[in-house]
Amino acid sequence: MDLVTVWFILIAVLWIGYFILDGFDLGVGVLLPVIGRDDLRRRVMINTIGPVWDGNEVWLLVAGGATFAAFPLWYATMFSGFYLAFFVLLLALIMRGVAFEYRGKKDSASWRSRWDIAIFVGSVLPAFLFGVAFGNVIGGTAIQPLEGTDPANAGNFNYVGNFFDLLNPFSIALGVMTLLVFTTHGAIFLALKSSGEVREAARGVALKLGIVAALSAVVALLWAQAFSGRVAWTLPMVLIAAVLFLGALFMTFKNRDGWAFLLTSGTILFAVASLFVGLFPNVMISTVDPAFNLTVYNASSQEYTLTVMTWVAVIMTPIVVMYQGWTYWIFRKRISTSMIPPQAAPGRSDDRFAASK
Amino acid sequence: MTLVPKRGATFRDPRRQGATKINDMDVLDLARWQFGITTVYHFFFVPITLGLVWFVAGFQTAWYITGKEKYLKLTKFFGKLFLINFAMGVVTGIVQEFQFGMNWSEYSRFVGDVFGAPLAMEGLLAFFLESTFLGLWIFGWDRLPKKLHLATIWAAAVGTLLSAYFILAANSWMQHPVGYDIDPETGRAVLNSISAVLFQNTAVMAFLHTMTASFLIAGTGVAVVGAWFMTKNRNVDVFRTAVKAGAVVTLIAAVGVSITGDMFSKIMVEQQPMKMAAAEGLYETTTNAPFSILTIGDISGDSATPIIEVPGLLSFLSTGDFNGTVQGINNLQAAYQSQYGPGDFVPYVPVSYWSFRLMIGLGMLGVAWALWALWRYRGGRNPQKGAVFKYSTYFVLLGPLLAASFGWIFTEMGRQPWIVFGEQLTADAVSPLTTATEVWISLIGFTLVYAILAVIEVGLLLKYIKAGPPEDVIADPYDDSQKTDDPQLYFAY
Repeated sequence: MDLVTVWFILIAVLWIGYFILDGFDLGVGVLLPVIGRDDLRRRVMINTIGPVWDGNEVWLLVAGGATFAAFPLWYATMFSGFYLAFFVLLLALIMRGVAFEYRGKKDSASWRSRWDIAIFVGSVLPAFLFGVAFGNVIGGTAIQPLEGTDPANAGNFNYVGNFFDLLNPFSIALGVMTLLVFTTHGAIFLALKSSGEVREAARGVALKLGIVAALSAVVALLWAQAFSGRVAWTLPMVLIAAVLFLGALFMTFKNRDGWAFLLTSGTILFAVASLFVGLFPNVMISTVDPAFNLTVYNASSQEYTLTVMTWVAVIMTPIVVMYQGWTYWIFRKRISTSMIPPQAAPGRSDDRFAASK
Repeated sequence: MTLVPKRGATFRDPRRQGATKINDMDVLDLARWQFGITTVYHFFFVPITLGLVWFVAGFQTAWYITGKEKYLKLTKFFGKLFLINFAMGVVTGIVQEFQFGMNWSEYSRFVGDVFGAPLAMEGLLAFFLESTFLGLWIFGWDRLPKKLHLATIWAAAVGTLLSAYFILAANSWMQHPVGYDIDPETGRAVLNSISAVLFQNTAVMAFLHTMTASFLIAGTGVAVVGAWFMTKNRNVDVFRTAVKAGAVVTLIAAVGVSITGDMFSKIMVEQQPMKMAAAEGLYETTTNAPFSILTIGDISGDSATPIIEVPGLLSFLSTGDFNGTVQGINNLQAAYQSQYGPGDFVPYVPVSYWSFRLMIGLGMLGVAWALWALWRYRGGRNPQKGAVFKYSTYFVLLGPLLAASFGWIFTEMGRQPWIVFGEQLTADAVSPLTTATEVWISLIGFTLVYAILAVIEVGLLLKYIKAGPPEDVIADPYDDSQKTDDPQLYFAY
């Protein structure tokens, strides 16, 4: 296998890792106003993801950085082309990240409810926009060389459309799918990590929303087959994803939360993998002319850089997965409303100490 | 198929320097303003994080070893401030990573093969480490044994250190590109030695200078906050330790900043002589060159009129010899024109000149104050008189932080008109089809959101500082949690 293929796979792995991990904490954020009827429940929800969301989001940063290093022309064309979409995404991630840390820093209901809005909006927008971005990558956009570009400078293509061209039916279908699937994934994670009324509510949402999410996923992923380069591979993967998703809902119904979470994770793995398999060896499709497709060959870095980065990735990724996995083990306990200490306030005694007095 | 015209044709002369009126700002100016605003803003939080994490780790270690409650209180107190600050550093950092592709796609294409590598390494080696272990540290007080919990803050601290190294190595490559070839077919840079990029003297020195500066900033911050409590006569026993620790670190860091700054400027004289000439407003090549401290008149003209200068000092600082030769702007401009062709290769001199002086001056302010604080509180004293000292605590905090901003403004503006020195002009690096409207939207959007967040962040910091450390602390929440069923969480958002 050549190095550019290895890196295509590695980038796919990073996106899959990102969607499985940040997928559920985005989902929990989307559900904040739905399941979090009162402040105590909202705090249960936020604390199920509190210790891990930041580490999850790093998967996105590394996916971005790895794309820059391995496929700079892909990175350049996609980020400059989808400019306003990425701008909105960044604002959402900024508000959301600050909200988690600052929400509990003042004992004021209006303060907290403002940050709750930031968490909700900051979760809905990314969950939707990632699907839209993928829809445009695989469905194709108006990418072409600029006048006067040296033909030898292959892969130096730019997106010539505008922001609203990116909101086409197919990309919106994928966006709705990622939003609904991540939300279901989040509900199932929440059921796994909480107990009491929050868990009951999360199960209820997972079962109801799960059906809708399954339908949207089937529509979007079957539609994606129209763009797939190897339907013989990708169609079975979509079917596996669908079966796993139904299995997840069944396990939720059967109160097997751990299994349900593993199965939605598997769903995301097969669904995202099917998109990448269908895309290869392209990395961005041009609707202007197939000659202007960005591919792993014309968009990649040279062999030396890819070799160096392969070593770094091969050594570091397992280590990262190990210590992140360990973190999940440390915070494996379910959280209930009775376990939430009084809201921290500046200068207050250690909360539990004060409560036991 | 219709080809879209490349904007270069109707573009203004990219090598033109100087101020531009708001209404004819083009994509290049806007993208530069956006990068400047978001980067300077990001770097308010970064040096605090880089320095403060070691104070938190240090206080917690002192508590672990001595068992003294005051160290645990200091850990918790400064830990809270650290986290409020860290959150801002993280979220503003995401913008940095995406911005290269959004506004500077031609740059990304040109350098990706080289520049992307340290960026990806930063993610894999540093971001994962700091975010994961900080999560463990924040929520882990009652989930991890004392020793392991202590290890998590050290792991996070190492993560911040690695992060600084990789991103500074990437930036150093823009200042002094090494370890690459230019692909004759595509005209793009291609990496040929990762060790040259990671370990060139520019990168090592930038790292040492940034880290010592960060310790100076965090040290002053810790001492200033401590002194504020001393002047209020609150928690004196706890904060005396903070003042001492902060001031001592500031002074040691000051020595480090000066030594690395001196070595760094000698490297710069070799690698980017124009930057140093602009910093001095030195137009003609001079032996026994004076160091000008203040200048009046139009410094952006062909010659400057210094009013205070130290004879020979610039030669000494640049070459180690009072009679050494320092190259001037006009001579360098001529040399660059013969090397790179026609164009204006002079950075905007007033910015270079003043940012360089403000960097040094404002940094010194923190050092002088640290000495004063150590003297004032020597041998268990806590004098309550002295309004000047009291009010100085409010201002001194900002000095070293702004010094760091000016340091970056100096080094980035001094590299102009290049984005990659000698290889790519900033004007050629901007995204070719991004519209002014798009950049206006993001520029205004980021600036507004950043301004709002700044108000919120400073408000929270002040609130948490004023509230002081917790009155009671549990020495080992981990122990306790082993005994009860379904206990309350020790910490929750």
